[in-house]
Amino acid sequence: MSRYRYVIICLTLVSFLWAPLYLRAEETMSVQVKESEIRATPSFLGKIIAKVIYGDPVTVSKENGLWKNVSIKGGTLQGWMHESALTSKRIVLKSGQTDVQTSTTQNELSLAGKGFDDQIEALFIEQNKNIDYTWINNMETIKVTPEEMNIFLATGEVVSSSEGGAQ
Amino acid sequence: MKKYFMITGLAALTALTAVSCVTVDKVSKLATSVGESVGIISGRQAESIRKSATAVSKTLEDFTPKQEYYIGRAVGAVVLSKYNVYPHDEITQYINTLGQTLAAASDKPETYGGYHFLVLDSDDINAFATPGGHIFITRKLIRCCQSEDALAAILAHEIGHVQLRHGMQSIEKARMTEALTILATEGAKNLGPREVANLSENFSGVISDIVNSMINNGYSRAFEYQADHEAVKLVQRIGYNPQGLIDVLKLMDKSLKKGGLDFAKTHPAPKDRIREIQSKKQEFTAVSVPAARRQRFQSAVAGI
Repeated sequence: MSRYRYVIICLTLVSFLWAPLYLRAEETMSVQVKESEIRATPSFLGKIIAKVIYGDPVTVSKENGLWKNVSIKGGTLQGWMHESALTSKRIVLKSGQTDVQTSTTQNELSLAGKGFDDQIEALFIEQNKNIDYTWINNMETIKVTPEEMNIFLATGEVVSSSEGGAQ
Repeated sequence: MKKYFMITGLAALTALTAVSCVTVDKVSKLATSVGESVGIISGRQAESIRKSATAVSKTLEDFTPKQEYYIGRAVGAVVLSKYNVYPHDEITQYINTLGQTLAAASDKPETYGGYHFLVLDSDDINAFATPGGHIFITRKLIRCCQSEDALAAILAHEIGHVQLRHGMQSIEKARMTEALTILATEGAKNLGPREVANLSENFSGVISDIVNSMINNGYSRAFEYQADHEAVKLVQRIGYNPQGLIDVLKLMDKSLKKGGLDFAKTHPAPKDRIREIQSKKQEFTAVSVPAARRQRFQSAVAGI
């Protein structure tokens, strides 16, 4: 009888060790890009359900290839995000700040520590008078929507042969 | 007998722990807190173990997409201090539509600030990609592209450099360790003026490492071949013909000045790249472009 007791104790211990793996089925992740969208289907062409910004926490319940099914606001909004927009690291936003452009010394957000941010950039510009960010800022405003991409592919008769991130 | 079962049980436990996805860092943290709570090691010793475990685990992965984005902006600004922009809306819009469509179909469609493309007013044959996704291509390189399929392959090659983090990998190892050490210290606390000064100096070093590698020395041949393979994979996935890459490389081979300062200096010879692409036993059919695609390409690059 006693031998079974040891087996049971060992199995119980093993199940505790495996617990984190099962718990990962419901994982909290953070948005690691400036802005992104939660979509109705696992595709960039899916209808936008909600917009999320850097640091927003989401709860991941299941996966479909490179897409993750996420929910926000206590599960009231649910949809799909591409995994490249998410990190399992927790992003800390201090004292209610949601703007990523806040200064390092006052309202820091941290993701594995502090970063090269707008304050470091300002110092870099100050030390390199010949550097001009005008065109960098301009080019960052050029955004092509998934709908425009779809039209571009269709009018050019570009026919996808296999699945990709945009599928 | 009891002992036998206990040993078997513990062995099974150890084996299962070994195959679970717990990282060294987590195990170390767990072990140190256990050791600390049962009084085997002191609080100070525990802290020291935690610190060294963290130091060991510092890698490129510790740079966040946001940090990569700020590095990319600075590298892009330095590129633009050496090259003028070709400020024509039609071609700018066209390469952004083509480039962002390719990036969206890639394995890493989202970066912190997204992928953006700009044409450089230069007769060098060249293209650059910063960490995070600012991509530049010269007028002369666009002129080497005979079709949208060829231009797609060149942009996909640059997207490949971003995704494979080739720029970030050219940061000197000591500088990377230093950067990540400063970035990790103090956790959520504020950086003092001294740390900010150190970080700023380190940032300048990081930028010059990447710019030197990108513009002056070039990436390794291996990185260029990897980016070519990524390009072939990506254009095929979306529906373009990868033969476009072979075509543009052949044309570049004719146009490049031997011993020149552009692509010839920073990239393997086009012939070697073609041989490497074809070594994967892939045979591509000749590019046959539908009329609508050809027309829009010609209209966009007219006057380039």
